[in-house]
Amino acid sequence: MPKLNMVKALNLALFEEMARDPDVLVLGEDVGVDGGVFRVTDDLQRKFGSQRVIDSPLAEAGIIGTAVGMALYGLKPVCEIQFSGFAFQCFHQIENHAARYRARSRGRFHCQMVIRMPYGGGVRALEHHTESEEQFYAHIPGLTMVVPSGPRTARALLAAAIRDPDPVIFFEAKALYHAAKEDVPDESETLPLGRARVAREGTDLTLIAYGAMLRVALEAADTLQSEDGASVEVLDLLTISPLDREAIVASVGKTGRAVVVHEAPRSFGPGAEIAASIMDGAFLSLEAPVRRVTAYDVSFVGFAREKATVPDAPRVVAAARETLAF
Amino acid sequence: MPRTVLEPRFQVEHLSILDSEGHLDAALEPTLEPGELRALWRAMLLGRRLDERMVRLQRQGRIGTFAPIKGQEASQIGSAATLRKTDWMVPSFRETAAMIMRGWPIEKLLLLFAGYLEGAEPAPDQHDLPITIPVATQLPHAVGLAYAAQYRGDDAVVMVFLGDGATSEGDFHEAMNFAGVWQVPVVFVCQNNQWAISVPLKKQTHSRTLAQKALAYGVPGLQVDGNDVLAVYAAAREAVDRARGGGGPTLIECITYRLGVHTTADDPTKYRSDEEVRAWERKDPLTRFRAYLEARGLGEPGLEATLDAEIAEAVRRFEATPPADPLAMFEHVHAEPPAHLRAQREDLARRLAARGAPSPADPGAAPPRATPMRGQRLTRR
Repeated sequence: MPKLNMVKALNLALFEEMARDPDVLVLGEDVGVDGGVFRVTDDLQRKFGSQRVIDSPLAEAGIIGTAVGMALYGLKPVCEIQFSGFAFQCFHQIENHAARYRARSRGRFHCQMVIRMPYGGGVRALEHHTESEEQFYAHIPGLTMVVPSGPRTARALLAAAIRDPDPVIFFEAKALYHAAKEDVPDESETLPLGRARVAREGTDLTLIAYGAMLRVALEAADTLQSEDGASVEVLDLLTISPLDREAIVASVGKTGRAVVVHEAPRSFGPGAEIAASIMDGAFLSLEAPVRRVTAYDVSFVGFAREKATVPDAPRVVAAARETLAF
Repeated sequence: MPRTVLEPRFQVEHLSILDSEGHLDAALEPTLEPGELRALWRAMLLGRRLDERMVRLQRQGRIGTFAPIKGQEASQIGSAATLRKTDWMVPSFRETAAMIMRGWPIEKLLLLFAGYLEGAEPAPDQHDLPITIPVATQLPHAVGLAYAAQYRGDDAVVMVFLGDGATSEGDFHEAMNFAGVWQVPVVFVCQNNQWAISVPLKKQTHSRTLAQKALAYGVPGLQVDGNDVLAVYAAAREAVDRARGGGGPTLIECITYRLGVHTTADDPTKYRSDEEVRAWERKDPLTRFRAYLEARGLGEPGLEATLDAEIAEAVRRFEATPPADPLAMFEHVHAEPPAHLRAQREDLARRLAARGAPSPADPGAAPPRATPMRGQRLTRR
């Protein structure tokens, strides 16, 4: 069982899925010879050739638009958008077509494709390199929106996304790429899409997080345990849409208190949908209002100010304490 | 150092074989059997008769907004006729004639423009994409299909349609560029009908032709008289054969004219003159081709009546369609409906049951009428 960081784990999943299915292709900017700017596609072109690992022209709509065509033909493209901040140049291809083709053609066509994008802050990068914009994709019917939280979930979810018959937006937290190594099983594994995971069990409060914010939530849970004696459950969503409401309701139904943590701006973000789902499913169990710890509703702050808006453990701890004391 | 000339000149050809005065360039005339010529004529005439009927159906509120093709029959039929059944056709939204030729049943297109999802569902063996409405966004799909065909080792060619306005969109340029770099078997057919709703070509581009835009991508570009079905056929034949033979993509610009409205919601008198329309009516693609066929003894008197009867029969089948089952909206959003969607479906099913909605299987119920557009007369059937 090798210990891999998230980059290596994702790379392993791509190797495995390409070896498993000749219809799986990789395309994007710099994904071939260079192995991607984060090296997630490293060595794939050497192994599978330039017809299957395509260094595309620099054009996001071209990448996603041609991938839609490939998928309509029956191939299973895995696209890389270099940074999620650039995906607005292909957003129309995602919303107008990838997400809709199954419905538009009454099931005659579908788009089995994965769109990988690095997202989020913490890497001292320029504008359009630090955003967390999962809410746009989570809102679109027909799309699945996945955010792994570490090497093992990344490898298993990417394999599942590639095998899923519908389009999957796959967000990779840049802050996690090299953050930690995890044991990854020798054999290929998948995790079901649309299912959250209890990352830590507890009874007093539920922290709901995903992606890079899982670390923050776990750190906050440690502090709350050691300093307050609070037993905190941490839910790792893994899939944002379709949202695992059942897991959320089950956890909050048990703890009666919930704090949602995300890196996306607050208004109309995933936290709003999560809070509404708790209202729908666990209202009578609630001991306190659902709190959100999120980035502020600002467009770009520059990495010199980034720490002030991206949630960290002290902010989560503070919100959790207010919730526990309510 | 002096400036070095790298590309001293480029040439853009214009191809015309049968002009509006009936002059034929016999040296360029494509070799087509009488049966093939008759098939072209039949498809063009059917396209025209159906188009006129669909505009009337819209005016009567029996279908919704519709984008007529009148005047563009030669561009569509001359090009689509060069495809095999196993080739792919990717339409925009003004290719009714070509879609019928490719095997879309008339009643299915009527359903499409009557707001039924069922109208966009290609048959299982049909290599046709449904219409795409956001302008130019279908072009990269065609390039991807062509890449996939080449990747699989299939000898299929992809033909994709666009309008003059589409050449201003980024997706046009990205698709042309990808097609050029990848050298995939795709033929771009641009129906330059002179008007993108109210914006004339001269406000769309400063280029002398649209065909020359291909040259920047290392792709052959050719302009043809789009109202000359023989010229369109010859150009498309050459492009399709080249694509199938591994010679890569081509852009064909068909110079044509939208004789009717942009859509049935449009009033073209606001932006163009009657004189201009009348001048183009004299270049009608049907007039010259009919004369050509009659001169060759291939005229088919009475064909209009046959086609009208075919259309009437399709309209009858369309109007016998049961009302759309609202619950079908939940099908095909995902391969497997997720829990929240199942719950929403149940919610609608309960509401429908509570208000006693007619069963979709009820053959007596009429399809819902489309909402009339402003200024539209709602006449009784």
